[in-house]
Amino acid sequence: MSVADTIIEIVAEQAFLKPKDVKPTATLEELGIDSMTLVECIFAIEETFDVQVPFNANDPEASQFDISTIQTIVHAVEGLIAAQKV
Amino acid sequence: MNRVVITGQGTINALGRNVPETLIAMSNGVCGIGPLEFDNVDRLNIQIGGQIKGYAAQDHFNRSEINLYDPFTQFAVIAAQEAITQSGLNFSEEKLADNTGVVLGTAGGGLQTQDQNYRAVYEAGKNRVHPFVVPRLMNSAAASHISMIHGLRGPGFTVASACASSNHAMGQAYHMIRSGMTQVMLTGGSESMLCFGGIKAWEGLRVMSPDGCRPFCGTRNGMVQGEGAAIFVFEEYSHAKARGADILAEVIGFAMTSDAGDIVTPNKRGAASAISRALRDADVSADDVGYINAHGTATTINDRTECAAIREALGVAADKVMVSSTKAMHGHLIGGTGGVELLAVIAALKDGMIAPTINHRAPDPDCDLDVVPNTARQAKVKVAISNAFAFGGLNAVLALKNP
Repeated sequence: MSVADTIIEIVAEQAFLKPKDVKPTATLEELGIDSMTLVECIFAIEETFDVQVPFNANDPEASQFDISTIQTIVHAVEGLIAAQKV
Repeated sequence: MNRVVITGQGTINALGRNVPETLIAMSNGVCGIGPLEFDNVDRLNIQIGGQIKGYAAQDHFNRSEINLYDPFTQFAVIAAQEAITQSGLNFSEEKLADNTGVVLGTAGGGLQTQDQNYRAVYEAGKNRVHPFVVPRLMNSAAASHISMIHGLRGPGFTVASACASSNHAMGQAYHMIRSGMTQVMLTGGSESMLCFGGIKAWEGLRVMSPDGCRPFCGTRNGMVQGEGAAIFVFEEYSHAKARGADILAEVIGFAMTSDAGDIVTPNKRGAASAISRALRDADVSADDVGYINAHGTATTINDRTECAAIREALGVAADKVMVSSTKAMHGHLIGGTGGVELLAVIAALKDGMIAPTINHRAPDPDCDLDVVPNTARQAKVKVAISNAFAFGGLNAVLALKNP
């Protein structure tokens, strides 16, 4: 499964949605994901990909981890995985 | 109803080993937060805290005491001794000892004992633990040991309401004396969560700052933990007066409310209602309040919500009240934090020393109160309140006035 599909699956499970209803352009707000659910999603992403996500709930914008949409999250996680292989 | 005064105070925390050291540090705006030192700290993302540096249990206790006292108990016992000594009370008097109780606040209790013993059985694979693990970890242990050491035979128990535990505990002590149930109460709180498991659990919530505690500051990015204890002697006024005790402050009101909202996100209504009810209980107006020791955790949402709650509760009087969060200096002692913060409230009332909110670099339009940035102030304060707003929406506010 691709990184994108895996992340969609994680987010769908946390948001109580079907993966097909999670579009790459969707924002977390549109998916009904609040700050606590987001923290759970990030935990699941870290566990699944064995990466460390630099995210601070107090300051999401300064976290160097763009959570604007599913697409940006996928991109950021791909970056983390690539950085780990170096 | 009986009047309740404070006749003794004691502490140990990152700013000092006793009250005088702590107050000097607060008046100088000293930051007690620094790199954490304990096993496996390198495996944490958050590596700072308000740790009591250079503390060694054997400097204070013998081997058999250490076997029974988790650090949270050690801190409470040290602080209680200082408070009792200052009060001048003599508990060898049978009647006084029968009418003196202990009610403390803690969130984690003997968390370090749990952490160490889980390591022993799960990580090291040991099949045997020390026989006193249970009496060492139970979160009422500190209250019991203070009662045992000083022979206090009145009511004794421990209150848990996360970050508001100390304020809830001191509120109980206040009510017990006010109602005539007891004459004297040892009260306050203690916490010792600075260990690998303690910080690792908090990291998960993503609300901790990796670089410092900056309450009400535009650059704030989360809370920083501390450790320690502060214990007070609450005493019925006429008893204190009759023996010529030095009265530090009077407790005049207390209120508790619940947000009935979210398990971590605070809510303005619950906080504002606790402040308003505390002032009503104290029979004072918003104009009388000169200083507020804020909960001020330095998370984005707490500080914004708390400032809005203060505005709602105080109205126009919010524009002139001094509000500071001393957590930037001593860290967030979780269940013990209201205890250490009451030291700042008493210092404001008694000495006119308004402890600052240090690390304040840039204003935040959502926190547009007088937060006493960076430098302590001298000011006459008649009434002061201490806020504690815990996870789970449990709010507790104490109101005090100068003696």
